[in-house]
Amino acid sequence: MTYLDHAASTPTRPEVVEAMMPWFTQHPGNPSGAHQQAREARRAVDEARDAVAALVGADSSEVVFTSGGTEADNLAIDGVLRSKGGTPICSATEHPAVLEPVRDNGGIVVPTDEAGQISLEALAETLNSIDNISLVSAMTANNETGVINPITGIAELLEERFPSTYLHTDAVQATAWMDLAKYCEGAHLISITGHKFGGPKGAGALIIKKGVPFLATQRGGGQERERRSGTQNVPAIVGLGKAAQIMMSEREILSARVTDLRNQLEEKLIVLIPDTFRTLPAESNRTPQIAHLCFKDVESESLLFLLEQEGIAASAASSCASGAQQVSHVLQAMGIDYEKASGSIRLSLGWTTTEEEINHALNVIPQAVTQLREYSK
Amino acid sequence: MSKVMVAMSGGVDSSVAAALMLEQGHEVVGVTLRLWGGESDSGCCAISDVDDARRVCDELKIDHHVFNMSDEFDNHVVNPYVSSHAAGLTPNPCIECNRHIKFDLLHHRVQALGFDRLATGHHARIITQPDGTHYLARAIDTSKDQSYVLYMLDQKKLAILDLPIGDLTKEQVRDLAIKLNLRTATKPDSQDVCFITREHGRNDFLRKRIPLTPGRVIDTTGAEVGSVEAVEMVTIGQRKGMATAGGTDPRYAIDVDVPNATVTVGKPEDLLVDSMPVKDCVWANQPTSGSVLVQISAHGKPMEATLKDNNVYWAEPQRRVAPGQAVVFYSDNKVLGGGMAC
Repeated sequence: MTYLDHAASTPTRPEVVEAMMPWFTQHPGNPSGAHQQAREARRAVDEARDAVAALVGADSSEVVFTSGGTEADNLAIDGVLRSKGGTPICSATEHPAVLEPVRDNGGIVVPTDEAGQISLEALAETLNSIDNISLVSAMTANNETGVINPITGIAELLEERFPSTYLHTDAVQATAWMDLAKYCEGAHLISITGHKFGGPKGAGALIIKKGVPFLATQRGGGQERERRSGTQNVPAIVGLGKAAQIMMSEREILSARVTDLRNQLEEKLIVLIPDTFRTLPAESNRTPQIAHLCFKDVESESLLFLLEQEGIAASAASSCASGAQQVSHVLQAMGIDYEKASGSIRLSLGWTTTEEEINHALNVIPQAVTQLREYSK
Repeated sequence: MSKVMVAMSGGVDSSVAAALMLEQGHEVVGVTLRLWGGESDSGCCAISDVDDARRVCDELKIDHHVFNMSDEFDNHVVNPYVSSHAAGLTPNPCIECNRHIKFDLLHHRVQALGFDRLATGHHARIITQPDGTHYLARAIDTSKDQSYVLYMLDQKKLAILDLPIGDLTKEQVRDLAIKLNLRTATKPDSQDVCFITREHGRNDFLRKRIPLTPGRVIDTTGAEVGSVEAVEMVTIGQRKGMATAGGTDPRYAIDVDVPNATVTVGKPEDLLVDSMPVKDCVWANQPTSGSVLVQISAHGKPMEATLKDNNVYWAEPQRRVAPGQAVVFYSDNKVLGGGMAC
């Protein structure tokens, strides 16, 4: 199987699985308990907390473990709004885990530019024209296209002109590829999730910087410094910490290797298949792992079907609960016309991607597109 | 052995259809269409039905895919349904879904994806004549027969279509599902239009999309005898809501005039006609004329008539057929073709 869907979920690193195992098989303790086993679990969670804090440039006390990216995004928006009130803003290309709570809280969705990046001008205009905007949520890198938002620029804008507005960034798709400690330094809240960078599914974190007004949504035993109650998922958190450590040491080399493979894939497909377009404008600032292309006169659903038959896993827009492909809200926000968007596909690479896989894709995709175009109406 | 795509709704009929194609030795892939994104409680198109289809495929150890055709469904089925009602017609959205979605878009995709055949769980049969031509025929289980809603299938469509449960009664289908331990074995049949909820009904659905016009009700002399809430919702032949104040005789809608917001009511015999025009006829093989059996609703009784130049001449006078309804022509149990009452 050629796996080109790392942006959906990337394989768990073997070292991560190894680190997690004893926490299933040997250590039963609840981190909130008082005895030896509990203290062991507590220490494991705290070590993972240190690793995650180092990865994103936060203090350990600012790390709140969650069940993943969606919970972290929901919690960031609901948590700040519950405490501070006001109105949240995000852009139209955010993940639904941000869009939905922003809408539910009566928030504002601002347009993006043609690359799907949040427009600083549109943002400043909205901030100027509407009172009491408490939170801006802007993803670090987009989950469909990989385009990078100007997080530093937004942070500066808020700091200089709107100091009572907080900045949340969904860094889920950026964690494996960007130095979040540097790039997201100005953000007050940061969401990450393990399974996008070699950790397990079901383990994520929300970073809540000191001084950010926040009121928990999940209440109970007061774990995670009263910011997220519930017994910590110790094995998964240990895995998340291990993956964070691996990222710290391997990110740069991995990014360089994947950028090279991605460029080969993208450039060769454009040459091999007539009427193929890059979804993002050339020279867009983007993460290395995603090749996003539109093929004229092809339906992405059919293309993905044929790719699967030839042993290639990929995706188009984000999948909805039924598993059907929706026309992407990200591509709509970028103003890409329907015909082009309906033939789009996302090939996403990761730490296991090999040159053989890229060559396999380069063999299969042109044939599949040709087959579908023969039948296109 | 053929490569067969089976359209699976998540119901028992298409589950068994997939199992039978598999049993015949074909390479089978299950596909569920995601058609309607809105509210649904009819047992069709809901996420739980997609899940049921997926789980049945798991049980059968075949691949399952979901195709999203919701934009096309809106364009070809839902929007025309609404505008037909706005024009005072009586549309059949299941037929339009078969015409435009299942047996056009999906049929096309079956071929584009390199499959040899399409199979569905409809209760009808395909009969191949000695000369190689195909006919759609009524199901063995006539109480479940769906040939009426499949009248648009022509030779090209019939040639690659399999209807594996058409030779079985509903009871046999359920027995097979139980024997195969399929999780959908006892699932109730889906009913009604998938995008209209039982809870809110057709009026509510239409009211959200078009302005409904209150209308006056007159009798055949032109005297005003009552009123209706929405003239768009009245169907020719309808009795409900047509009774006049103090009147004892049953009254039927014999004419619906949407632009003038007027419904004319009359006695049953006022509905009777000797003939009716049909339009947009399609044929299983070639245009037909002469003596035929005519069916004007999904489970209606076939009636004798003579067909000539897009006109149906009834053997006995019949009640008027509401414009927009499908009119399907049979010879014995074979579908010859069909069109639309106008």
